[in-house]
Amino acid sequence: MPFFRKPDSEALWKEEFSIHAADERYVSRRQFTKFLTLASLGMFVGNLWILARSYFTRSAVFPRSMVAGIGEIPVGGVKLFAYPTAADRCILVRTAENEYNAFSQKCTHLSCAVYYEKETNRLACPCHHGYFSATDGSVLQGPPPRRLPRILLERQGQEFVAIGVKVR
Amino acid sequence: MADRDFSKQRKGLVAMDGAMALIVLLVIVQIWLLSAALEGLLAGHTETALPAAIFSGLLFLCCVALNSFVGRVDRESREE
Repeated sequence: MPFFRKPDSEALWKEEFSIHAADERYVSRRQFTKFLTLASLGMFVGNLWILARSYFTRSAVFPRSMVAGIGEIPVGGVKLFAYPTAADRCILVRTAENEYNAFSQKCTHLSCAVYYEKETNRLACPCHHGYFSATDGSVLQGPPPRRLPRILLERQGQEFVAIGVKVR
Repeated sequence: MADRDFSKQRKGLVAMDGAMALIVLLVIVQIWLLSAALEGLLAGHTETALPAAIFSGLLFLCCVALNSFVGRVDRESREE
């Protein structure tokens, strides 16, 4: 570009921005189809990721962890604990004299913490009024799409030990 | 002659629009497959992941084929 510009020459901004903004934003059919094909590739990769995750979770190994002692909680009482990691909050419910059930405390709808309703013997989610059975964790009412993951318990002497998580 | 070229170009445009609409449909089916597979994974139904991945791959191949078809039609209409 010359240092001195002729007075009758084209304006500098017209030389530097010779393309209209509208032309720049124009998407042709060819470009749009390419974008859709890329989106399709993204969906396929997502499905492959889910496939890999499903194979990975099949071989999951759960630790053994002490949950509560026999008679530590009264009938209709609960105890909160974390299993299998400290970030996974769970709830142990004593629904009858000899009946203990433990579930993940995370609602399957939007992950709010569920609590035990002794009067109706069910687990309730306060966020969107989802209700689960306190016996098997199945959905009784509301928006949750699936049952609560069940924490498998094993009686070891005078204690209950968590040994795994049953999702379905 | 010019009229015939114009009609050819219009036919090409119609073919491209049809292919694009089909790709949109295939991508919508893939989105549904992905959400269903994810829902299955979260619910512990891992057996749905493999058929979903295979079907999604097939749909992706269809999208690639349609994309190359659109490219070919575009090229041919520009050459004329």
